Amino acid sequence: MTMTTGQSLVFFGLIAAVTLLTRALPFLLFPEHRAIPRYLRYLGTVLPAAVIGLLVVFCLKDIQPAQAPYGLPELLSVAAVAALHLWKKNTLLSIGAGTALYMVLVQAVFH
Amino acid sequence: MDTKRRALRAAFPLTIPVMTGYLVLGTAYGILLADKGYGAVWALLTSLLIFAGSMQFVSIGLLTAGFHPLYACAMTLMVNARHLFYGIAMLGRYRGIKKVKPYLIFGLTDETFSIVCTTDPPEGVDRGWFYFFVTLLDQLYWVAGSVLGGLVGGLLPFDTTGMDFALTALFVVIFAGQWQERRNRLPALIGVGGSVLCRMLFGADSFVLPAMACILLLVTLLQKPLAREELP
Repeated sequence: MTMTTGQSLVFFGLIAAVTLLTRALPFLLFPEHRAIPRYLRYLGTVLPAAVIGLLVVFCLKDIQPAQAPYGLPELLSVAAVAALHLWKKNTLLSIGAGTALYMVLVQAVFH
Repeated sequence: MDTKRRALRAAFPLTIPVMTGYLVLGTAYGILLADKGYGAVWALLTSLLIFAGSMQFVSIGLLTAGFHPLYACAMTLMVNARHLFYGIAMLGRYRGIKKVKPYLIFGLTDETFSIVCTTDPPEGVDRGWFYFFVTLLDQLYWVAGSVLGGLVGGLLPFDTTGMDFALTALFVVIFAGQWQERRNRLPALIGVGGSVLCRMLFGADSFVLPAMACILLLVTLLQKPLAREELP
């Protein structure tokens, strides 16, 4: 441990508090009795799809396209998950098979 | 009691993919944290009180830098700013929920959001309790995984490299599901396109805030073509 127990408690406590702030802020600004402006209601309909796109990119952010293996394990596995899901529509199958494929790719093929 | 049991039964199957991802990632977190000298009790405490996977991983990196409270706060803001979007998107859906709403807000992680933002409770199931159990089960998986990681350390009998891909796969599955609705396609393209662009321009460690700004700008400029027939 690089900090004292007290410092560690403050450190994690602050992270918890700021995290909670980012989650609670929209709800604090718009409590139950306050009307949600039209623009925010609009954002509420388009942001879910856009943010899931951001999350997918966030998960793949450490890919180095110019360096072997050129992100191939990630891109192949993502393509497999998407194709499998559009075909079979079985969430567990898509995630299970995609993760297994990725593990084989990084452990045995592209290592 | 019956209301709760019905809500739990409806919520559980939806959380199974998150269970896979969280148990694996949580275990990885617990192991890494234990490596820094913070055992299972710390894993339990942080996963109970912070409950933000990517930030908890980042915090391990911050631990080595020593005690810099302001830096820790700024970093948390950067990494977790995307949660502001989740809140905005859930304002309408969580409206009218009484007792459990503070917990729903506290537990609005990436994975919980990805379930609740697209899912309505089935007919006859209480909305508040339904979302409550999705959130609670997700946190249980996360806490269980991280405590397990803190206890076993590096003793796992097989190579788990790459198992954390389960969470990427979960988001891809949700993305593919949303894609099948035509009206989601333009926002989805904006999300991916803006994020990829900002990742190339700003690098892996600082592209999230610019990407959020870029997405916000694009969906604001494209309100006409994106506007739905009726707002909730």
